Amino acid sequence: MSSRIRTELVEINMGPQHPSTHGVLRLAVTLDGEVVVQCDPDVGYLHRGIEKLAEMRTWVQFIPITDRLDYLASMLGNAGYIYAVEKLGAIEVPERAEYIRIIMMELQRVASHLVFFGSMALDLGATTPFLYSFREREDVLDLFEMVCGARLTYNYFRPGGVSRDLPAGFYSKTKAYIAKQRDKLSEYDDLFTNNQIFIARTRNVGIISAQDAINYSLSGPTLRGSGVAYDVRRADPYSVYDKLDWQVVTYPTGDSLSRFLVRVMEIRQSLNIVEQALDAIPEGELKCKTPLRLKLPAGEVYHHIESARGDLGVYLVSDGGEKPYRLKWRAPSFINLGALGTMVKGWKVADIVATLGSLDVVLGEVDR
Amino acid sequence: MSELTEKAIRDSLPDAVIETTNVFGILNIKIAAASLVGVCEMLHSQGFDYLADVTAIDWQDRIEVVYQLTALERNEKLALRVDLDRQKPEVDSVTSIWKGANFQEREVFDLMGVIFTGHPDLRRILTPEDWEGYPLRKDYVIPD
Repeated sequence: MSSRIRTELVEINMGPQHPSTHGVLRLAVTLDGEVVVQCDPDVGYLHRGIEKLAEMRTWVQFIPITDRLDYLASMLGNAGYIYAVEKLGAIEVPERAEYIRIIMMELQRVASHLVFFGSMALDLGATTPFLYSFREREDVLDLFEMVCGARLTYNYFRPGGVSRDLPAGFYSKTKAYIAKQRDKLSEYDDLFTNNQIFIARTRNVGIISAQDAINYSLSGPTLRGSGVAYDVRRADPYSVYDKLDWQVVTYPTGDSLSRFLVRVMEIRQSLNIVEQALDAIPEGELKCKTPLRLKLPAGEVYHHIESARGDLGVYLVSDGGEKPYRLKWRAPSFINLGALGTMVKGWKVADIVATLGSLDVVLGEVDR
Repeated sequence: MSELTEKAIRDSLPDAVIETTNVFGILNIKIAAASLVGVCEMLHSQGFDYLADVTAIDWQDRIEVVYQLTALERNEKLALRVDLDRQKPEVDSVTSIWKGANFQEREVFDLMGVIFTGHPDLRRILTPEDWEGYPLRKDYVIPD
């Protein structure tokens, strides 16, 4: 009898119904014991064909669909589309509207990063931080509800401005929220960020070098977690980002912990931006006059913004009519997910969860 | 900066450039499809290390593939465009230069039917594997 134990590679499916895949994502994983030999993301379960839908809707009718891609950061989906439309149509935006927009975009980034914080903790087995961060996110959703009546899909941006003005009490409530959130962030750090078990699970796990991160077209906090200081808000400023004081956050290591810390620090930066914008907001018009049956001149534009997940690019082609001839949504989650296989190769199964969590993908945006 | 890049392409691959346009400040260079990989290798060595986006447009008489490139260090942007025969849209894959092209080319293949020669794993990515047709083509009939 041979004393050697026969071993073989095993193929398993993580997902599409799996609590740590953040929606419907299937990972086809090949394992040698507990070691990952290959990890192949299988996406498309939520594919709704929004690029085709865009060709059947007018420029304005497409705005609500932009809410439903990255549904944790709908304001930023609105923004990515509207800035591209305004660039192609040479539509002017009143300064007050730009300030309102920047407040909404940065509050949205905070809300989105809070979901990341909670769900990353949950993925690694810590349930309490999830309750904490969702408690504070609720305050942001309350603010959004005050402004536009919706808590998740806002449909708030319009070509040339925003749909309605800030309501009475918004200023004081937001100020109070910023103070509270800053205080709570210290509490999160005590509870979770400095937790030794969390650090052991994420430090040096799922490393991607700066060079590889660039080569894989990664963007957003995922790229900045590899030490690359590329942020669209700084590289190609839009709105009024160049008038406010804020820092691009980077961490050099490229591991799951770095990506986590970038987002946690970005919450503070976003709060700084909102605070400055609230104090600097000028009086004036909310929206320049644009026809409801908007026509954009024939031509094309590629415009990008920094969404909560990275470099959100919107490519529009117009034939001069009321509808897009072609619309392409460069979804940062989709492209970031493309590097997962490389990042987890050679690591253990449990590290897939830590690494995927640190990419912060939203499947609505991946699948479009 | 972009004049230098255009000159560099014209100098090293004189037959590659078909025409250049300026799209909202971004230099767009239409190149011959056969010279794509050569041009991309040259641009990569010139600092264009980031492939921001790959997409395709169905113009009904041809399919145009558009690559958005960025040189991160100096924040210079550039777009490459190639025209392909609509009956047989084929172009070399740039995955050997930018690994980020892998998912993006699969998406263009899936939705627009462009064959990327030399792609390591050219399969449908967003639609099911047994899907028929290419949904973003203009003559695609949406099934009931």
